[in-house]
Amino acid sequence: MDVREAVLQDTVFQEREDSIITKGKQKKQLKCDTDSVAGCVSQRACVYCGARVVLNPVTDAIHLVHGPIGCASYTWDIRGSLSSGSDLYRNSFSTDLKEQDVIFGGEKKLARAIDELVEKHPAKVVFVYATCIVGVIGDDLEAVCKAAADKHQIEVIPVQSSGFAGNKSAGYRAACDALLRLIQRDNAKVAQKKNTLNYLGDFNLAGEVWIIKNYLKEIGVNVNVAFTGDSKYQALKNATHASVNIIQCAGSMIYMAERMKELYKIPYFNISFLGLQDTTASLRKIAVFFGDEDMMSQVEKLVQRETVRVEPELEWYRQRLQGKKAAIYVGGGFKAISLVKQFREIGIDVVMIGTQTGRKEEYETINDLVDDGTIILDDANPTELEKFMVDKGAHLLVGGVKERPLAYKLGVAFIDHNHDRKHPLSGFVGAVNLAKEVYTTLCSPVWKYV
Amino acid sequence: MDRGKSGANFRDVNENPCNMCMPMGGILVLKGLEHCMVIIHGSQGCATYMRRHMAEHFNEPVDVASSSLNEKGTIYGGEQNLKKGLDNIIKAYQPKVIGILTTCLAETIGEDIGRISQEYLTERDYGDLTVITVNTPGYGGTHSEGYWLTLKKIVAKLARKTETHNKINVIVPNISPADIREIKRVLQLMQMEYILLPDFSDTMDRPYERPYKKMPEGGTKLADIAAMGGAVATIQLGLTVDDSMSPGKYLEKEFGVPLYNLPLPMGIENTDLFMNVLQELSGNPLPTCLEQERGRLLDCMIDSHKYNGQGRSVIYGEPENVYGVVKTCIENGIHPVVVATGSKNLKLAQLLDECLANAPIECTVLTETDFTTIRLKSRGKANIAIGSSDGKYLTEREGIPLVRYGFPILDRTGGQRLLSICYAGTTMFLDRVTNTLLENKHKNYRDSMYQMFYQGEQEGQELSTESCGEQHVMLMQSN
Repeated sequence: MDVREAVLQDTVFQEREDSIITKGKQKKQLKCDTDSVAGCVSQRACVYCGARVVLNPVTDAIHLVHGPIGCASYTWDIRGSLSSGSDLYRNSFSTDLKEQDVIFGGEKKLARAIDELVEKHPAKVVFVYATCIVGVIGDDLEAVCKAAADKHQIEVIPVQSSGFAGNKSAGYRAACDALLRLIQRDNAKVAQKKNTLNYLGDFNLAGEVWIIKNYLKEIGVNVNVAFTGDSKYQALKNATHASVNIIQCAGSMIYMAERMKELYKIPYFNISFLGLQDTTASLRKIAVFFGDEDMMSQVEKLVQRETVRVEPELEWYRQRLQGKKAAIYVGGGFKAISLVKQFREIGIDVVMIGTQTGRKEEYETINDLVDDGTIILDDANPTELEKFMVDKGAHLLVGGVKERPLAYKLGVAFIDHNHDRKHPLSGFVGAVNLAKEVYTTLCSPVWKYV
Repeated sequence: MDRGKSGANFRDVNENPCNMCMPMGGILVLKGLEHCMVIIHGSQGCATYMRRHMAEHFNEPVDVASSSLNEKGTIYGGEQNLKKGLDNIIKAYQPKVIGILTTCLAETIGEDIGRISQEYLTERDYGDLTVITVNTPGYGGTHSEGYWLTLKKIVAKLARKTETHNKINVIVPNISPADIREIKRVLQLMQMEYILLPDFSDTMDRPYERPYKKMPEGGTKLADIAAMGGAVATIQLGLTVDDSMSPGKYLEKEFGVPLYNLPLPMGIENTDLFMNVLQELSGNPLPTCLEQERGRLLDCMIDSHKYNGQGRSVIYGEPENVYGVVKTCIENGIHPVVVATGSKNLKLAQLLDECLANAPIECTVLTETDFTTIRLKSRGKANIAIGSSDGKYLTEREGIPLVRYGFPILDRTGGQRLLSICYAGTTMFLDRVTNTLLENKHKNYRDSMYQMFYQGEQEGQELSTESCGEQHVMLMQSN
């Protein structure tokens, strides 16, 4: 029986029929970027979450959550984004709205909160995140932020991220809009420096921005600013000083790149530093863009050196992992795409792949990449994840915190590709780390006993 | 005693929250009912964030549904979303009982979950499905209040006046699955029949088994809750709980079930209180093995008393747990210097007044507080912290080592397996605390002695200004 039919028989969520396809079985488009279906136990968070994860790595900003305490509490320092300087971003500030504030409005409290924070913490920018409540009680965030900005002579930027107003992707856009306001005000466009780019969609988890910056430095490319890993107010403000934007996490940053192209004529292209193949291709792509012969030869030197270094290690893992089957359920499409390629590099087939916020184009790429029979699904839930992992005989799941215990309870190995991890998965070093982690979990003696 | 600025929401900013919101507590309780599925009426993020926190703490899958309110639902009402959500969870999980909790959003737009759920049951003809609704606006209190309020609502909804039977009701605060199992073990040793609520000892700490069950076994049975009105007595481990949220009080008032409202049995005195009530109610003496465990706890206390005498603790978390830890610290010569909770809790403040009245070192008590305040008050005073993972900055930024206890434990594994109550659990807890004090002492004493006393050959050596816990203890001793 067709796997999809089986699912519809025993798992019921008919509203989700179009969000699941089997490669090679159906011709239709996968439905994505829609609201989650009530009661399906989606793995997704909300608009606020999307905004928070994108903006939070701005290290020297005050991040103030305007809302009840939970929103701030659940997102306090949950990212593994590292900073080379300020650690102001690791605080979780909240207006902690109470019943009275909800009845009488939270504007005055917000204004006082900004006063208090600005006085206490030197910062040039305050991001004020709207939560569900703010959208409903109708606080005029724009007005409060403007008044505070005038009063303190710093930038106070509202982030329109009411939780119910769309899904996590809408939060990415809200964060990008906030960042664009930072840049927009800097109209004094300085001559673009030679061989300089902005690096979009890397949040410096476990120092990943630093790894990539080192590669780029070696081939003669300057990073003007990374959005938003280890970024600072002033660097973001000067984002127009780069001649091109490269995008790692497209889900969160393609909108930003498109807007910057419109507004400042800065071109962009996608890259990926996940896995050997993508890292190599991306470095070459950058050298080709700059059209610099010297840079191209530097890239080849770097690739040659690093490949020689990591290949034997990867080969060791490949021999041990060959033929294993993986399931992927991650936040964004770009990560999913890179993972398919990375698994190939170490001899593993992908049998199920899904994301929380993948875009149409990303699902098309995924569909092209995977083998016939692979399940592709958008905005999945525990019921479906369990079903397909078991049906397809997956030995391994890639996911985040919520998926981990499910995999373990199914007796399936697991690797974290979540945002609080403590080891880098980018670049050549990351490719080895991933293989090592896959080996550690897949080949653990524990599975002998279950 | 320094009351800090307790009892009032004194500032306009909460800097690094020391609590979570009401629905979180509600989920915990509902996960302790047999075959219960929870749906949160609000936007998708609330359910997901709480699942994430719980999955990380318990290392278990935590399925919680959401009505996934979007803009349309927010403007025109979320009734259809909630009903559709109920349809879907019934299909996928076949629960025996459903808990519906609200969020800030649902409360603010005025959703009447009681009416909607009644309508739903009638429309779908689900006469035998139990639905428990609890209003848990995120701005209405902390997860601790959400916990107790949900317990009270469950009891109010399900308990009946039944014929008296020989079971006792045992109502527990937010303790670990291992702690709940410890209570059950003690009750069995005392040969008592009981109804324990909530019981997430199995549902949130499941043995590995095949095939995987998405609705795990375990949890308090609905029939047992219904029988709570006919119990011999209620033991509620909720000394700090306000009467308005007290399930034990409700059972006493409605059905005349005598209430023994006791502190969490942590430490020798509080565990004695618990054991005494068990002896009184059962008519059985303490069995030898429990007596021996008490003796071993005493032995442990003696073994560690000198090391503990150097302890200056900051203790934070949910009121009931905080009180248990404070008592345990005091019994062992560890001086609390900061005691804090994110909840607004007058009873805790009163209880602490009593037990800290004669403390030789001044203690700051903070209620409705945040971690920035806790850090400030602990700086240079505390050399050990006891509480959830959220206190990790006390270590990272103030050099105060943290013994993880309570909820949530996100940065270590095994939150569900931490045993800390009754005689045996207190012994384990105390060893964890003492060993952390010792580790810190051993780690720092060479350096701190050198810094304090070594003058060298030259003059002008300055003492380090680093606020290191060990050095601080030495200074206090020399004072």
